[in-house]
Amino acid sequence: MSVLTLNCPVPVTALDQVMLGHGSGGKLSAELMREIFLPAFSNETLARLDDQAVVNIGGSRIAFTTDSFVVKPLFFPGGDIGSLAVHGTVNDLAMGGAKPLFLSVAFIIEEGLSMEILRRVVASLGRAAEACGVQVVTGDTKVVDKGSGDGVFINTTGIGVVPDGLFLSASQARAGDAIILSGSIGDHGIAILAEREGIEFDSPVVSDSAPLHELVADMLRSSNAIRCLRDPTRGGVSSALNEIAAQAHVGMLLDEETIPVRDEVRGACEMLGLDPLYVANEGKLLAIVDPSDTDRLVAVMRANPLGRDARRIGTVTKSDPGWVTMRTVFGTTRIVDMLAGDQLPRIC
Amino acid sequence: MRYIDEYRDPKIAQALVDKISATVSRPWVLMEICGGQTHTLMRYGIDELIPQQVELVHGPGCPVCVTPIEIVDKAVEIASRPDVTFVSYGDMLRVPGTKSDLLHVKAQGGDVRIAYSPMEAVKIARNNPSRKVVFFAIGFETTAPANAMAVWKAREERLTNFSELVSHVLVPPAIRLLLNSPDNRVQGFIAPGHVCTVMGYWEYKLLADEFHVPIVAGGFEPVDLLEAIWMLVAQLEEGRAEVENQYVRSVTYLGNQPAQRIVEQVFEVTDRKWRGIGKIPASGLRLRPAFAAYDAEKIFGLDTVETAEPPECISAQVLKGLKKPVDCPAFGLSCTPEHPLGAPMVSAEGACAAYHQYRRHASSLVCTL
Repeated sequence: MSVLTLNCPVPVTALDQVMLGHGSGGKLSAELMREIFLPAFSNETLARLDDQAVVNIGGSRIAFTTDSFVVKPLFFPGGDIGSLAVHGTVNDLAMGGAKPLFLSVAFIIEEGLSMEILRRVVASLGRAAEACGVQVVTGDTKVVDKGSGDGVFINTTGIGVVPDGLFLSASQARAGDAIILSGSIGDHGIAILAEREGIEFDSPVVSDSAPLHELVADMLRSSNAIRCLRDPTRGGVSSALNEIAAQAHVGMLLDEETIPVRDEVRGACEMLGLDPLYVANEGKLLAIVDPSDTDRLVAVMRANPLGRDARRIGTVTKSDPGWVTMRTVFGTTRIVDMLAGDQLPRIC
Repeated sequence: MRYIDEYRDPKIAQALVDKISATVSRPWVLMEICGGQTHTLMRYGIDELIPQQVELVHGPGCPVCVTPIEIVDKAVEIASRPDVTFVSYGDMLRVPGTKSDLLHVKAQGGDVRIAYSPMEAVKIARNNPSRKVVFFAIGFETTAPANAMAVWKAREERLTNFSELVSHVLVPPAIRLLLNSPDNRVQGFIAPGHVCTVMGYWEYKLLADEFHVPIVAGGFEPVDLLEAIWMLVAQLEEGRAEVENQYVRSVTYLGNQPAQRIVEQVFEVTDRKWRGIGKIPASGLRLRPAFAAYDAEKIFGLDTVETAEPPECISAQVLKGLKKPVDCPAFGLSCTPEHPLGAPMVSAEGACAAYHQYRRHASSLVCTL
């Protein structure tokens, strides 16, 4: 019988090309931002790395954001690429405290897409915009060769107005603040995955895709103690909180027991080897608020259907700056890390 | 959620911790074999809960980590071919080979897909007769029945465009190697519950008798692991060295015999190199000659290139339970999940990756170092 020998794999080659993981919202996305985009576009507004830019134009504070949507399948339980393209951009504006006003919409359409599908997507987008009280005021259409796209990709850009005196930014988070989550996590990501993988549930998982600007308006009306808002989309709650922790140089301690995950989502995550903390949401928000206002704000959020499961899930800390940690149900502490790229299902 | 919540119940867990504390009287070193178990221990901080006399060291049971670099290189080569659709379990995709990994092959236009079951690869082959569909058949005894069934099914359907790149490994020979090693510290093993679900636990009785070491087939939830730890500590304190079954809701003495039969029919035992460890005799499975037509290594005529790996990290000591991941000077610095130097940092199930993901923040490191 041989004795164990010492030998190790060589290091992985340097990343010399764009991988899918660069679009995951995790560490690879951050690396792309830091090394490729920020040096090229260096300016103070961008450097804040919030979900939206807030710029001064003629005395008004204008929130400005853009987002591209490449979801597959195009139609999923709870929404479709059209409504998602509105909600995603409206929510990015709302996280800056802005009232969303106008959208641009650009379509990149793959040759051969059925006109019926395009009609349905556009109609849904129009309905969603109307429901949000925003107008689609400009747009663009490009058609690419068959095989160069995936049916249809949509980009939306939104602008809105930020009320005077309101300044929400990740950099505002400070030790002692409360971390509030507006409801159960992982619904959107699991709805998409289940549709893609053909997984069926007794009660189907429906995407939480929804516009959050009215919930945010309710919150801002009742409290001036909100430091920062984030919608935990790709990369999930983990990525959003890690970004805030890094930007504000603070730690975050979550309480595992308080984080709501629907049974169906938990079950799917167990089966697929995924952690709901990393799964995308499209109708949830995280709020960092002064602790004195927590209870009142949670009550206000719960009065809105989109915040009915709102609760405090943790605290901003002075210790462990840049880290998100979690008190487990057993009272031990673990890291809630930002993933490198996409979550890959484990073998067993 | 039933079958989950009761195994993560803090009250039940605390009762087991109390039982362990009441039983233990001196230091013991225990090893959980399976990476999935390591993952649970780190995620829930079970090593912080149990008495300090019980030291947990982490075993080599991460199939992704121990798949030899030569096989990863072959996978990269096959997957790069324009006529191939390469199908794999998800976490194999970022395992580094000598020069590349499957995620890079995909980025360069290779048709690389993730599947939850090898039967999905059979379906792809059936629906795409012009593509050569190759499934990356890796894993322990747990995945062997499904991988065997896929080959069986392909033959039944007379598919000529389906094959498997096989690199299966077996748990008992690895335990034997650890126990034979002169510097072994491990005094009791938590055997991998999923492997035992397929194989039963009779094989472990032979090891327990031969080496006078207690072995408990354990599950993967925190309460499972705490109960398995308590059962091992009780045996050690009483001087017993038996095989016991903690994971009774899944494991039987003889295991899943239809699953074992299909494995036996399709695969045969072979020597296998383990990444980070070296060659272990009779520790793997390969396709039987009767299934050579489904053997990707034969179909694609790949030469076996022995790849030397520079001894830069301490992964062998980690896999052997001699060192903890945080004892490594490269841990979290030059060795991270994005840029792994060693096998246990490669997959989420590897011990180094589990520490890195859950426990590397300052306070933990200070305590451990």
